[in-house]
Amino acid sequence: MNQTEFLKTVIPFKDKVFRLAKRLLTSTEEAEDATQELYFKLWKNKSQLKNYRSIEAFAMTMTKNYCFDRLKSKQASNLSLVHSNYQEKGTPLQRQIELNDSVSIIEKLIEELPKQQKIIIQMRDIEQYEFEEIAEMLNLNPNTVRVSLSRARKTIREKLTKQHNYGVS
Amino acid sequence: MELANIEKLLEKYLNAETTLAEENDLKNYFLSDNIAPHLLEYKSLFEYFSISKSERYTKTIHLKSQKKKWKWLSVAASLVLIVSVYSIKQANDRRIAEKAYADTQKAFNLLSTNLNKGTVAIGGQLKNIETVERKIFKQQH
Repeated sequence: MNQTEFLKTVIPFKDKVFRLAKRLLTSTEEAEDATQELYFKLWKNKSQLKNYRSIEAFAMTMTKNYCFDRLKSKQASNLSLVHSNYQEKGTPLQRQIELNDSVSIIEKLIEELPKQQKIIIQMRDIEQYEFEEIAEMLNLNPNTVRVSLSRARKTIREKLTKQHNYGVS
Repeated sequence: MELANIEKLLEKYLNAETTLAEENDLKNYFLSDNIAPHLLEYKSLFEYFSISKSERYTKTIHLKSQKKKWKWLSVAASLVLIVSVYSIKQANDRRIAEKAYADTQKAFNLLSTNLNKGTVAIGGQLKNIETVERKIFKQQH
């Protein structure tokens, strides 16, 4: 696989990799570094890529594992990720969120979910993957994905209703 | 889409039983302007999903690691260091050798001037001897 072929295969899902990294690492800058690092890793392992049925699924699995590792080493070195998203410069999303406060509440609600549910919401409700694809990427069975997703959606809705009733949003 | 239908889909959505197509129907409904008031709380949720999907990775992707560049830079730096230490040492050695050469030259010069003094002195003496000899031989004739 040469460089042009490689780029043609992997560039189409770079935004998905980036968005998943950002969902997990919560900072745009960290997510950009992660995306860069992941693409470098993919390029280094390009000879093995043809062994995978779906390179995109493989890349998403890699992204998840890489971000988990990053989070673990962050925790180990006692650096807090919680506030890092306040320092970032205005990305288009950030600006849109400032315009619409009730939308940014959703981001916080997703942020509060357990890691697994966070990923599944990202993959289903934002990236719109099929259950079978998500199951393959996360090495779970499709039914577990479904249960997890249902739990996540219900949690978000409950909290949203609560806030709605208090008149916060 | 019918309100009753939307409500049914929402129920299925929460149980994670909707298909992607049905989820798209929901999204379209909540991104439209006529949403039933009691369902308004869902609006921001679906809005958030579609805004999130529009976020892009805008930087260029480098296929060569930045770290690797630094590694090569350090190799280059240490090479430069070794070469410069070596050439400084060379220059220093050369300077010492030149100084030794100059000193030796000076010493030889000193030696040779003194030797010449001796030769001149002897030369003078020899002349004297010769004149004396000639005088002596002339008297004998």
